[in-house]
Amino acid sequence: MSQEQEYIDIFEQNLALIKEPCAELLNEAREKAAIRFKATGFPGTKEENWLHSNVAKRFATDYGMNLGRVEVNTDRRTLFTCDVPNLNTHQAFIVNDTFRDGESGKKFPDGVILASLNRIAEESPSLLEPYYNTLAEQGDSIAQFNTMFAQDGIVLYIPKNTVVEETVQIVTLLQANVEMLSNRRLLVILEENSQASLLICDHSAMEKQTLSTQVTEIFIGRGAQLDLYELEETAYSNTRLSHLFVRQEADSRFGHSNITLTNGFTRNYISVSLEGKGAEADINGLVIGDKNQHTDNRTIVDHKTGNCNSNELYKYILDEQSTGVFAGKMLIRPDAQQTVSQQTNRNLCLTSDAHMYAQPQLEIYADDVKCSHGSTVGQLDDNALFYMQQRGIPADEARHLLMYAFAGEVIENIKIEALRDRLHMLVEKRLRGELNHCRTCALCK
Amino acid sequence: MENLLEIKNLHATIDGKEILKGIDLTVKAGEVHAIMGPNGSGKSTLSNVLVGHPAYTVTEGEVYYKGKNLLEMSPEDRSHEGLFLSFQYPVEIPGVSITNFMRAAINAKRQYLELEPMNATEFLKMMREKRALVNLDSKLANRSVNEGFSGGEKKRNEIFQMAMLEPTLSILDETDSGLDIDALRIVAEGVNKLKREDTSSLVITHYQRLLDYIKPDIVHVLYNGKIVKTAGPELVMELEERGYDWIKNENKQ
Repeated sequence: MSQEQEYIDIFEQNLALIKEPCAELLNEAREKAAIRFKATGFPGTKEENWLHSNVAKRFATDYGMNLGRVEVNTDRRTLFTCDVPNLNTHQAFIVNDTFRDGESGKKFPDGVILASLNRIAEESPSLLEPYYNTLAEQGDSIAQFNTMFAQDGIVLYIPKNTVVEETVQIVTLLQANVEMLSNRRLLVILEENSQASLLICDHSAMEKQTLSTQVTEIFIGRGAQLDLYELEETAYSNTRLSHLFVRQEADSRFGHSNITLTNGFTRNYISVSLEGKGAEADINGLVIGDKNQHTDNRTIVDHKTGNCNSNELYKYILDEQSTGVFAGKMLIRPDAQQTVSQQTNRNLCLTSDAHMYAQPQLEIYADDVKCSHGSTVGQLDDNALFYMQQRGIPADEARHLLMYAFAGEVIENIKIEALRDRLHMLVEKRLRGELNHCRTCALCK
Repeated sequence: MENLLEIKNLHATIDGKEILKGIDLTVKAGEVHAIMGPNGSGKSTLSNVLVGHPAYTVTEGEVYYKGKNLLEMSPEDRSHEGLFLSFQYPVEIPGVSITNFMRAAINAKRQYLELEPMNATEFLKMMREKRALVNLDSKLANRSVNEGFSGGEKKRNEIFQMAMLEPTLSILDETDSGLDIDALRIVAEGVNKLKREDTSSLVITHYQRLLDYIKPDIVHVLYNGKIVKTAGPELVMELEERGYDWIKNENKQ
């Protein structure tokens, strides 16, 4: 228990300091979460959900935590040029765990909120109370850890019948000159018949070891639509532990593209709960790994009621000694008749040292459903490579074209044209080994 | 006439099994050679070895192409030097459009020849012209290479690519297989339109019907890894009438 005891001690010794700047809503949840965390500690690798990701080890580094909320001096101009600029977005930043407004100057429709989670929890607790931590409460001990320490983050609130045309972009950064552990919290609420698209770019890239936990809770009301794009471009020294909880009501639609371009150790837990008839979820993921990168995506689509559709596509390209884990669960509960659910997982291992652990899981308790799943692990098609060489395309270029085509299927599901083009370009650069994650990051210069 | 291709005592194996057992063949510029023979005689192995398929190992012999040692060249350089294979089984490449595929191929060749990449307008114009040659639907050009194509579309796509790359020596490996009469005519007419005085072809086929359209100058019979008979076009008719059994019988001893 030594690793977790250290953090429990930090929590208990600094509780007053942690609570002091925070809203009651956050503090109330944190004490309950602490009880849960104490009971279980960090998950061990014997637990099925963590079989291939030794997470306790990631906490062994002596990280600094900015619990006293010392102001981090962030000059706007040195804040970072994201790899996905010019999207005509509403932009905001989360530096460590703190909300910073962007300079987009765009005006939201009336009633839309994009602001500091802690501030809104302070000012309008009744707005957030029905939502905050209601999904993450059921999460594993890392989610509890986040709730224990979470002091700020972002809230995006879209009122009833409101359509936000421009993409909302949130860039998350870590900024410190020591090893750093940070806990971010995101809360996204779409009321009935509202629509939005949200792009979250994770650029937690420093030379020092960093670890960030991120808990995102998303509520999509009746008839509402959300497209969520998550792009990770972090460093080999980074650990990302993300939990995404989504609750969908009737006739709502949720699209998710989860793209890991560069990273260190990543675990993304994605839980989508379809709770109203006619809800639809499209869940896509792309991982490009090399060196010792480790990427573990665990998804669960919970069909709680009937007439819902879910579609899942996850693809991995693993080079060198990288590791990928995909565990995708489709849970079709007894009441979920007329479910249509499909899951596809395709993986390329480019070397014999690259490892892919693929674990598709179907649990079906209803009898009138249409469900399918498929998972493959393989290499590039030698016949296709030779065919291309015969036409004069050099072997390296041919390999590149095949990988790019393989990844392209996921990118094609992105609805925003500018983002899609941008990602095509980024993936191409990444596959050519031209993408240095610190290239455009002012923090690393 | 200059020798475009010179094959001398070529032996080749796959998975340790010897398939070619000493091939001698010379193709001069402007000639059309037909290579016929029963199944399993080594016809496809010969075409694969010529284009440098990595599954085959040359154990003996030499091949000169335009006076250069062909066997020392990479498959892509053989292509750049004007060697083209129309595959018996064209490969599907999901996610790579014909347009992107051809652009990569053309520009790789131009780079090899130290030319600037072709500009987009010029390239698209060329695509249009060559497509028309084999009646390849413009919609197909935006689809992934060969993915979901019918047998006839795949073969037409091969000849379209041949038209784009303007090879000096084209090898047509069983290009007639899986084609109905109409598709066969379109494909053969495409090949004939591409014929120039300085280009040569090796037409590998099992049957006579393709040779009704593409007239060979010289006909070879390949049997058991060796060329056992070489004659003029009249040999095609003889084979059609008598089958391959007499060849097999002649070569028993």
